Amino acid sequence: MRLEVDITSKTFRNAAGEQHDVISGVAFALAAGEVGVLVGPSGCGKSTILRILAGLDPDFQGRVSRPAGARIGFVFQEPRLLPWRSVEENVRLVAPLADEAKLLALFEILELKAHRNHFPGELSLGLARRVALARAFAIEPEFLILDEPLASLDVALAARLRDEIAMLMGGRSMIALLVTHDVDDAVRLGDRLFLLSPRPARVLAELPIRTPRSARGDAEIAAIKLDIMRRINGDPAKRDAS
Amino acid sequence: MPRLLSFAMFFAIWWTAALFAGDAKLPPPPAVLTAMMAEARSGDLFFHLGATLARVTLAFTLAMALGAAIGYLMGRVRLADRLGDPWLILLLNLPALVVIVLAYIWAGLTEVAAIAAIAINKLPTAVVTLREGARALDASLDEMATVFALPRWSKFRHVILPQLSPYIAAAARSGLSLVWKIVLVAELLGRPNGVGFEIGVAFQLFDIPLLLAYSLSFAAIVLLIETLLVQPFEARLTRWRPRAA
Repeated sequence: MRLEVDITSKTFRNAAGEQHDVISGVAFALAAGEVGVLVGPSGCGKSTILRILAGLDPDFQGRVSRPAGARIGFVFQEPRLLPWRSVEENVRLVAPLADEAKLLALFEILELKAHRNHFPGELSLGLARRVALARAFAIEPEFLILDEPLASLDVALAARLRDEIAMLMGGRSMIALLVTHDVDDAVRLGDRLFLLSPRPARVLAELPIRTPRSARGDAEIAAIKLDIMRRINGDPAKRDAS
Repeated sequence: MPRLLSFAMFFAIWWTAALFAGDAKLPPPPAVLTAMMAEARSGDLFFHLGATLARVTLAFTLAMALGAAIGYLMGRVRLADRLGDPWLILLLNLPALVVIVLAYIWAGLTEVAAIAAIAINKLPTAVVTLREGARALDASLDEMATVFALPRWSKFRHVILPQLSPYIAAAARSGLSLVWKIVLVAELLGRPNGVGFEIGVAFQLFDIPLLLAYSLSFAAIVLLIETLLVQPFEARLTRWRPRAA
């Protein structure tokens, strides 16, 4: 099972009829069990790439081959829950055949047990994200897409959710693709990083991380981050995006 | 409690107005009640109320079902909207009386003609409301349903229908009152029974207590439908909404 992406170009036409290039050359491949991370500045077209990969946007130049009929779990940047269905119903709806024990474990890990009967409108953003994660994992996806799952959460909460995501991704053999503008999150969660340029997006560098996620020490993480900053900015000093 | 007070006020105003206007123009509540009881005892009241209610139910269901389907289609498919729009405007502006008279001429003074005419009057408003609802559907939830490969029926029931439900409720509420107003005209012009027919009789005899007895009885039924059916249904559908002030 393998994901192969070669998007040569994608343009948008805005309301005024002007044409904008969003993607100018994004090619990469991911194998099952690997977590790929697209790292790039805000507005560089990351979400557009994800939409194309999920099959939501067929209007682009290039080629995307993903396993035929693969179950896709998508965690959107805004959680996109059904406001009129409870937390549990939101999850069960997409995964009607899910195993009871597995669902329970999922709720346990994501700290949602107390909120099963709440409606999404009653949840904080952090909790709503957790529900969206639970929904994506509940279908046992073969291809998992996470669009900025940790954005706009405070540092402590983001760190906790990041650990929970890492725990959920460990032990599952799927293709996972994460999008973030946060280098720290990218290094802690990813196995293979793709650095993107500002809009129109193209891949600046591909950076595999060989050490398994759980074995990465702070020193190694800092070193990789420094390497990334150097590649993005050209000057190794000062700037720290995290 | 405020509702009861509201009712009490209604009767107080009526009674006072009756004192000033005189029995011939506006009979006081007891006179109307007497007429109502007399009609009820003979069974006429229930027979005519039943006939009207049956017509309202049939025409309303027909118009809502058809209107919702057409409105949804026009809201989702651009071509359908452009094809249907002129028809819609024509129907919206066609006077109820014209539709009823034409229906009776073309189809005879029959039940089918009456119900069809009433439904045609209600249809365009249901279409307009549901079209607005279909246009306002959230594209981001649509994408979610696509990505997670929700089955068609499941998507309709859990993603689309809840978004349309406020529009359906609005169309139902305005539709019920519209149908009820038009059904009386249809009955007056071409049916041998129903509240409209009885009001026609009362008009010819200048029997104001009888006229009020029938119209108020039906108003009471509509009020009951609203409190016992429409409002609880709405409350259930909107229970997920954080309470607004």
